[in-house]
Amino acid sequence: MNAIKTAAMVLEEIRAEALNKWSSLRQRTLIAVGAATCGRAVGALEVARVFREETERLQVDATVIEAGCIGHCYAEPLAFIYKPGFPGICYGYLNEGLASRLVRDFLVDGDPCVEFALAADGVNDFIPTFQDFPRGLVEKKIVMEHCGLIDPENIEHYLAVGGYSGLAAALALDPAEVIKEVKSSGLRGRGGAGFPTGSKWELCGGAAEKNRYVICNGDEGDPGAFMDRTILESNPHLVVEGLTIAAYAVGAGKGYFYIRAEYPLAVERIRKALKQAEKYGILGKSVLGTGFSLDVEVFQGSGAFVCGEETALIASMEGKPGLPRHRPPFPSEAGLFGKPTVINNVKTLSYVPYIIRNGAEWFKGTGTPGSPGTAIFALAGKLVNTGLAEVPMGTTLRQIIYDVGSGIAGNSSFKAVQIGGPSGGCLPGETPDTPIDFDSLTRAGAMMGSGGIVVLDENDCMVEMARFFLDFTQKESCGKCTFCRLGTKHMLGILERITKGEGRPEDMDLLLELAEDIRAGSLCSLGKTAPNPVLSTLKYFRAEYEAHIREKRCPALMCKDLIAYYILPHKCERSCDACVGSCPVEAIYSNEDRIKVINQEKCVKCNSCLVACPPQYRAVIKVSPPDQAAGKEKENDEQKS
Amino acid sequence: MMLSAEEKKEAVEKTREILARYDTTSRGSLIPALQQIQGVLGYLPAEAMQEAADHFSIPAVDIYGVVTFYNQFRLTPPGKHQVKVCMGTACHMKGGNIIMESWERVLKIKVGETTPDREFSLERVACVGCCTMAPVALVNETVHGKMTPTKVDGLYFAHQLANQQKKEGMPE
Repeated sequence: MNAIKTAAMVLEEIRAEALNKWSSLRQRTLIAVGAATCGRAVGALEVARVFREETERLQVDATVIEAGCIGHCYAEPLAFIYKPGFPGICYGYLNEGLASRLVRDFLVDGDPCVEFALAADGVNDFIPTFQDFPRGLVEKKIVMEHCGLIDPENIEHYLAVGGYSGLAAALALDPAEVIKEVKSSGLRGRGGAGFPTGSKWELCGGAAEKNRYVICNGDEGDPGAFMDRTILESNPHLVVEGLTIAAYAVGAGKGYFYIRAEYPLAVERIRKALKQAEKYGILGKSVLGTGFSLDVEVFQGSGAFVCGEETALIASMEGKPGLPRHRPPFPSEAGLFGKPTVINNVKTLSYVPYIIRNGAEWFKGTGTPGSPGTAIFALAGKLVNTGLAEVPMGTTLRQIIYDVGSGIAGNSSFKAVQIGGPSGGCLPGETPDTPIDFDSLTRAGAMMGSGGIVVLDENDCMVEMARFFLDFTQKESCGKCTFCRLGTKHMLGILERITKGEGRPEDMDLLLELAEDIRAGSLCSLGKTAPNPVLSTLKYFRAEYEAHIREKRCPALMCKDLIAYYILPHKCERSCDACVGSCPVEAIYSNEDRIKVINQEKCVKCNSCLVACPPQYRAVIKVSPPDQAAGKEKENDEQKS
Repeated sequence: MMLSAEEKKEAVEKTREILARYDTTSRGSLIPALQQIQGVLGYLPAEAMQEAADHFSIPAVDIYGVVTFYNQFRLTPPGKHQVKVCMGTACHMKGGNIIMESWERVLKIKVGETTPDREFSLERVACVGCCTMAPVALVNETVHGKMTPTKVDGLYFAHQLANQQKKEGMPE
């Protein structure tokens, strides 16, 4: 009984000081700049620098922190400004000039510049909050609750918002009780397969071997998925807490973070988090003063997609090429160095502290009976509002695309969503009412995968999409199974031929046949799911394949070999030279009427002229098949003569 | 690629220095060790792989197997500035290949190559997780979002300018 009290008490002691510092921070002005990799890509660090310099120059009593990402990536760089007497206000689309203006107008003169405000944090009388957005009705934040609002490099911020209390609660329980709680919550692995987490832990916890490991799988290789990165960068301590609880539950003394090398910021922030946790006695010899000890290390993945598969991940940690192996034995029985190992995805572990804190019943209150909890989706592609969204399981695609993502950007129309990365599939526009959870997506021919959603519009070619994913899986195939190694190569060859306009009528059947064989003859899910993009596009967009094969035409005007650029003479403004200047290969010239014409032989189809042509003219168009351009030019010549 | 005797010696020395930090019996440290060596040398020359093989008592061919399996390791020296163009789904759909072609045109090399003066090397990367800012390119560790062909020209020009200024500033 003594030890139990200590864990919660030890935490209380650490937290008291953290809370003190936190409240004194909030009594002054606090500026939290969204500085995850997405923000940094568009200049968040420069914005943070300006905030720092300007507040210092104008002697404003303010603290600037580099926080993580709140999920509204479309508005990056953004920053929250908490000024005493005002609600926290989030400003989006910032730049250096705007930042210095905010310091001057808001922090010095007291005008909150509502014209630049995106939303407020907390209900108030004059600025709507994020909950007032259409997406506010759909979203339910559990894991992402604090992302972007606290300093990820400061453990005190995490402690102040209630961090590590899940760990303290878990330490007060018996390990078996922790497993029971997670099991009854129905939490399913968020890495894609949806295996019940509790069962995994139970298997490992019941193993005879006492030397056990826990691994956090942060090898987010799916192109188009970035939620693991965001969580690791925005709230690393949450994942550390989840991993520590997992280690306690299964009785592991050693934990690893396996993070891909393409995420240097995530690696850096997790390393810092581990060091701080150790300093505060949360990790190490005696976790929160109890007899449980845990040592955690970071292992950097080295850029192999297949290493997201748990047996391949283990192979790579053992210093071997990352080849998957047969299961069983499952890693929970014989994993890293042959010892029982629990491997959980970043998101899965992030739910654990909340489940322990609030109970299994609370967790089951969200989502569907088969897939309780929330799902985090990375929205990218042709949406107005791209970013991250945490929604309850069972939310429909329509809600995600139109309420959260605010619909399709530009004037184009919604065509399909690609969900689940290279192992997932394309769902057409007719099925937006599909509820998203593990089981219904599998039925629709896609896969939950890690949760990347790429929205496609009418300008995206589905054949090219399938080719792109096959190109990816073919390159990433580890080469162990013949069907995956050679079958994907052959499928890619066929798809390349089709996108070049050299497809043959029998190609579609051949693709289907190959897809079946690859699925049957592959060991791991990389090969088993590799044909999914082809199968789903063939199922829903067969007409596009046929246009490519029979008419040598790309309906979406995307396949380079099947299109040509053409300037409409009646729309071209004679005195404008925008396209000529933009062309990198000098393929555009003026004819005797000073109308611009493209020399098709020189043209490299770089799209520059189409972008450069001022929107009031829109004279540059794409045509398919490419010989249409030549035909049109001939017509023009004939008309003239 | 041929290394001069001096370069070889330097590579071996640096490799040994890093390897000394790792236990000879733990093969699990192989990949972290190789990552560190590449971090210092920029790539993994044959000499370094041989050193690692001797250190961990693994056949050199196994080291080569590991090195060639993972995308992160490279066998040729990189340019001083490494340009990586993201080829993830979102970037691809928003014209990542156009950005790649623009770099190829500006640098006058193909993907996977290094410019003759070893200033730039050009690579593709599967996904850097900045899908909302697509298309994305990295110059060294800096991520540039919402790329356009003209932005490629701009980045290259800015680099040339900086180089020129450095040269002019040199005499003192």
